[in-house]
Amino acid sequence: MSDIKKIKEEFLNKLSDKLDLSEINEIKSNLFGKNGLISSQFKMIGSVPDNEKKKFASDLNNVKDELQDLINSKIDELQNIEINKKLEKEKIDVTLPERNFIRGKIHPVSQTIDEISSIFSEIGFSVEEGPDVENEYNNFTALNTPDNHPARDMHDTFYLDEKKETLLRTHTSPVQIRTMMKDKPPFKIIAPGRTYRSDSDQTHSPMFHQVEGLHIDKDINMGHLKGCLNYFIKEFFEVEKIKMRFRPSHFPFTEPSAEVDIGYEIKDGKIKIGEGDQWLEILGCGMVHPNVLKNVKVDPTKFQGYAFGIGIDRLAMLKYGINDLRAFFDCDYRWLNHFGFDPLDVPTNYRGLSR
Amino acid sequence: MKITFDWLKNHLNTNLKEEKLLKQLTNIGLEVESLENLSEDLNLFKVAKIIKTEKHPNADRLKVCDVNIGEKELKKVVCGANNARDGLVTIYAPPGAIIPKSKTKLVVAKIRGVTSYGMLCSESELNLSDESEGIMELSSSKYDKNIGKSYFSKSNSNLIDLSITPNRPDCLGVRGIARDLAASGFGKMKNLKEKKIKSKIKQTLKVKIKKEDNQGCTSFGSCLITNVSNVESPQWLKDKLISVGQNPISAIVDITNYIMLDINRPLHAYDADKIEKGIIVRNSKLGEEFKALDNKSYKLEKGMCVISDNKGVLGLGGIIGGTRSSTEFDTKNILLESAYFKPRSIRNTAKKLNLDTDAKFRFERGIDPLSIEDGLNKAALLIKEICGGEISKVDIQNTETYKNKIIKFDPCLFEKISGFKISIKEMLKILNDLGFKTKKEKKYLKLTIPSWRPDILQQEDIVEELVRISGYDKIKIIEPIKERTKSTLTQSQKLFHFLQRAIASKGYLEAITWSFTDSNYNDYFKGSNNEIKIINPISSELGVLRNSIFSNLIMYMNKNLDRGFKDLSIFEIGPIFTGSNPGQQNTVVCGLSAGKKSRSSWIDKERNVDVFDVKKDLVQTLVEAGYNQDKFFIDSKTPNYYHPGKSGRLFLNRGKDQVAAYFGEIHPNILKKIDIKSESLVGFEIFLDNLKLPKKTLNDQKIKFAVSDFQKSERDFAFIVNKDVNAQDLINAISSVDQNLISNVKVFDVYEGENIPENHKSIAINLTIQSTERTLNDKDLEKINNLIIKTVEDKTGAKIRS
Repeated sequence: MSDIKKIKEEFLNKLSDKLDLSEINEIKSNLFGKNGLISSQFKMIGSVPDNEKKKFASDLNNVKDELQDLINSKIDELQNIEINKKLEKEKIDVTLPERNFIRGKIHPVSQTIDEISSIFSEIGFSVEEGPDVENEYNNFTALNTPDNHPARDMHDTFYLDEKKETLLRTHTSPVQIRTMMKDKPPFKIIAPGRTYRSDSDQTHSPMFHQVEGLHIDKDINMGHLKGCLNYFIKEFFEVEKIKMRFRPSHFPFTEPSAEVDIGYEIKDGKIKIGEGDQWLEILGCGMVHPNVLKNVKVDPTKFQGYAFGIGIDRLAMLKYGINDLRAFFDCDYRWLNHFGFDPLDVPTNYRGLSR
Repeated sequence: MKITFDWLKNHLNTNLKEEKLLKQLTNIGLEVESLENLSEDLNLFKVAKIIKTEKHPNADRLKVCDVNIGEKELKKVVCGANNARDGLVTIYAPPGAIIPKSKTKLVVAKIRGVTSYGMLCSESELNLSDESEGIMELSSSKYDKNIGKSYFSKSNSNLIDLSITPNRPDCLGVRGIARDLAASGFGKMKNLKEKKIKSKIKQTLKVKIKKEDNQGCTSFGSCLITNVSNVESPQWLKDKLISVGQNPISAIVDITNYIMLDINRPLHAYDADKIEKGIIVRNSKLGEEFKALDNKSYKLEKGMCVISDNKGVLGLGGIIGGTRSSTEFDTKNILLESAYFKPRSIRNTAKKLNLDTDAKFRFERGIDPLSIEDGLNKAALLIKEICGGEISKVDIQNTETYKNKIIKFDPCLFEKISGFKISIKEMLKILNDLGFKTKKEKKYLKLTIPSWRPDILQQEDIVEELVRISGYDKIKIIEPIKERTKSTLTQSQKLFHFLQRAIASKGYLEAITWSFTDSNYNDYFKGSNNEIKIINPISSELGVLRNSIFSNLIMYMNKNLDRGFKDLSIFEIGPIFTGSNPGQQNTVVCGLSAGKKSRSSWIDKERNVDVFDVKKDLVQTLVEAGYNQDKFFIDSKTPNYYHPGKSGRLFLNRGKDQVAAYFGEIHPNILKKIDIKSESLVGFEIFLDNLKLPKKTLNDQKIKFAVSDFQKSERDFAFIVNKDVNAQDLINAISSVDQNLISNVKVFDVYEGENIPENHKSIAINLTIQSTERTLNDKDLEKINNLIIKTVEDKTGAKIRS
C-alpha cells in the first residue's frame, strides 16, 4: 500500500472519532502543517519517477481535498454547535411589549371632506373657499334673500356688529357669490367649510360643516343636477344602488328648488343606506335663481345652472354610524380615537374612498 | 301648518286613502313633518270636578284634591295650581295618559309622601294654548253633565303637520292645500257657493286709512254686527279647532280663527262699543303705548302701522289686537276687520318689538289682497248664524287698488330648465287648476297670476309650478361626464391637506373645536390681537371669535386630562380671527402635547415631553412639506403665552420675512390659572398664510441629483462659547466655511459646569468633510480644520477646547 493511501485510511479513521475543536486542529496541523504528512508528500513529488509522477500527484491531490473537506466540515459543525449554545443563552422574552408608539388620527369631518372632494374631482369640480366672517350682502342679499324675507328667520345668525352688517356665515352659499364675482362663467366648484347658526340642542350645534356646489354653464338643466347628485350619493355611500327622492322645496336663491331624501332602513340597530322605505333628508338644491346671477353680473339669458348645499357632519354620521352630532366638537380623546382615521388613509378614487 | 284629511275634504272630493295623501303632499312640495293620532291619545282626558281640596301635609304650595271623574270612587290627585278649588270643573288625566306637550306618560306617583292618581291639566299641558298658569277652568253649567266623559271629541282624522315653505302663504289655509292637491290630480276641488252679505244697514263706524309715507295698510274692510250674543261655539266648530290642536275660546274668536285656518284670511273682531268714534289706520308716534292681547304692554317706535281710535292705539295692524277693544262673552256689538298689510311693514314692526303671532306669520308672507270681502262675508254670516244679530254692509277703504300681475311665459323655458318635455295643453291645465288665467299669444302664454300667489314673479317661478305639479320624479338623470379641466385643489389647499395629515402622522389626534371661545381663555392667548365679540352669542362661554386655537385646545386638553388620560397629543387646523371683517382670518395648525414619553415602559426611560419633541414634529412636518431645513432660522421671540425661556419662533429663511411657526412650553402662569394638571404641556402653531407656497411641481422642488464617492472623513470639534451664543450661530458659521465640503453638522454634546468658565458652555460638534472632486489628503483636511476653527472663533467669539 502506498503511503498516500495509508495516510488517507489512517486519518479517515481518526476523523471518524468524536473529536473536539483542538483535536481536529491538531490533526489538521499533523496533515497540512509545514512538516505535515501531506505537505511532506508534496515535497516528494520531485523524487518520483517521471512515469509515475502524474498519477502520484493526482492521487495526492485527491486525498488532500478529501481530508481537507472533511476537516473543514467538522470544524464548521463544531463551531455551529458552539454559536448555537451561545445564542441559546441570549434568548429573550419576545412577548414583552414593543416600545411605545402613538397613533394620530384624522377627524371624521376632515376625512369626509376629503372623500367629497375626491368624488367631485372626478367629474370636474374644483375646490373653492370663502371666509367664515361674511358681510350681510354676500350671505343674504346677493342670494336673493332681502332683509324683509321670512327665510332669514330660518337662519339664526351670529352677528359681529350692532348694525348686523358682519356675521358668521350661516351657509356656504356666499362662496357662490364670491366665486362668480371674481371670475367669468362657466363655474364648476364645490366649497366645503365651517358654517354657523345660533342654535344649540341635541341635533343642532352652533357650528357645523356644509359643502356648497355650483355648476353654471350654457344649457345646464335639472337633469344634470339630478345626475350629479345621484352620482355623488352613490359614490359617497359606496353602494351599488341608491334610493333617492327629489321633492319640491323652497330656497330664495334657487328656482325651482328641491330637497333630496335618501332611502334607508335600520337593521340590527345600524343604519343601511339605499334599502328600506324610510326617507332621510340630506341636502337642498335647485337651479340658481336668475336674480342671483344678475347680482354677480352673469347674464341669466345666456348662462344657467344648479347649486346645492349638503350637511357634511350629517353625511359623516350616516356613513360611519355616528349618533351624536355634539360629539364631533367635544374633543373627547376616546371618541376621536374611535371614529378618527389613520393619516395614511387618504381617500382616493383609484383605491376606493375608504378601506 | 296643521290640517286633517277631514277638513281637506270640505274642499276636495276624493276617495283616495290617507296614505296616498301623505305621499302626494310631500311630492308637490308640502312636506309632511309628522302625523299624529290625537284622538286615541286624547280619549283618556276626562272632564272632572274637584269635590274637595286640602293643603298638602308636607308642602305649602301643593294641594290634595278629591276629584270626581264619573266613577264611584273619588280620585286623589296632588295639584300645584293656585286655582285648584272646591267645585272647579277641569280636565283630569289618568295614569297611562300621555301629556301632549311633554309627551311624557303619567304614572301613579308619590309626591312628597302623598300618592297622586293622575293629574289635573293646564291649557298649555294639553297644547291648547300657551296658558300655563293654573289648571283649565270649564264652565260648570255647561260641563257638569259631562263629568267622566272624554273632553276631546272623537275624530277619525289624524293630525297632519305640514312644513310650508315661506313662499307659499296660500297653503297656510286648508283651501290652498286642496287646490294644489287637485291640480296634481289628487281629487277634485269642490265649488263652494259664495255667500254674500245682503244688508241695507250702513256701516256707521267711520274707517280712515291715513295717507302717510310708509303706510303699512293698503286696504281695510269692515262690517258691524250688532246685537250679538257671544256664546261658546257649537260642537262642530269646537271639534274642528280641536282636531288641529287649537283651543276653542268663544264663538266670535273661534269663527275668526276658523276662517283664518280655512282660507288663510286673518280677521280681527273689535268690541264696537269700546271704539271711540271711528277707526284711524296710521303710523305710530314715538313712545305710544298699548296693552296687547298677550297681556303685555308695548311701547311703540315711530312709524309702526297701528289701528287706533280717538283715544289712542287699539292694536298693531296685522300683528296683534289690544285688550281695550277685545271681545268678551258679554260683547253686544262687534266690528269685524279684514285688511291687507304690507309684508315688509309687518316684518319690521314685529322684529323691533320681538313679537311673533299667527297673524304676523301670515301677513309677512303675504295675504291674498282680494280675500278681504270674502273673509268678511264668510265670518259675518257664521257669526249671525251662531250668535244672532244684524250685519251691516261691508265698507272697504283702499289706498291702493290691487292689480293682478301678468307674466308673458315662453313655454320653451320649461324644457330648458327642467330637462324634460310636457305639452302646452298640459301646461295650461296645470296652471288653470292652480288658479292662473291663461291666454295663448303666438309663441307665448299670457298668464294672469292669482292674487294669492305673491311668490310668482317671473318665468322661472312658472317653470317651478309646472315641474312641481308634474312631479320631480319626471326629471331625467343626466349622468355627469368624468372630465377634469382644472386642478381640484390649489397649491395652498394642497398644503393644508398635507400639513393636516403630516401632523396627524406624528401621533396627534385631530380635533375640531368651535371658531368661538370663552373670552377669559381667549385673553390668555390673544397676543396682540383685539378681542372680537359676537353680539348675540349662544352663551357667555362662547362669546368671542378665537384669536388663537390654543384657548379651545387647552380647554379640551384639560377635559381629557380630567378623564384620566395623561399622555396626549391633539391638534386642530382651522381659522383664527384677527378682525371682524371678512378676510381678517388666518389658517393655523395648532398642536398640543401633554404628559410624558415612554410612561411606565419596561424598556425605555420615561421623561416629560419637552420643547424639542414639538420642535421635531414641527421641523419634520415642514421639511416633509417641501421646505429646506438648511434655510430655517430660529430665534426666541415668542408671544407671552409661551414660556419666555423655553420657546422659539421659526422662519423659513434667514430673511425673517414672516413668522412660519411658534413652538415651546405653555407659560406656567396660564397653566396655573386654568388649573391644568400635567407634568408638561408643550405646543406649536404653524401659520399657513405665512408659508411661501412650495414650488409647483415635485420636479421643480428637487435639485439635480449629485453625490460624491470620494473618501469622506468625520471630524469632532468642541467649542467653549459665551452662554448667550446659540448653537444655530455656531452651525451657521461652520456651514459658511464651505458648503461644498462640509455636511452633516451635528451637535452631539452641550455641557456646562466643571472645567468650563462661568457663563460659558461647551458645544461639541461632529461634521463630515468630503469633496466632490477628489480624495482629500491630510494637508487639505488640516487646512479645512483650521479654517473652521478660525471662522467659528471670529464669528462667535468661541474658543476651541484643547
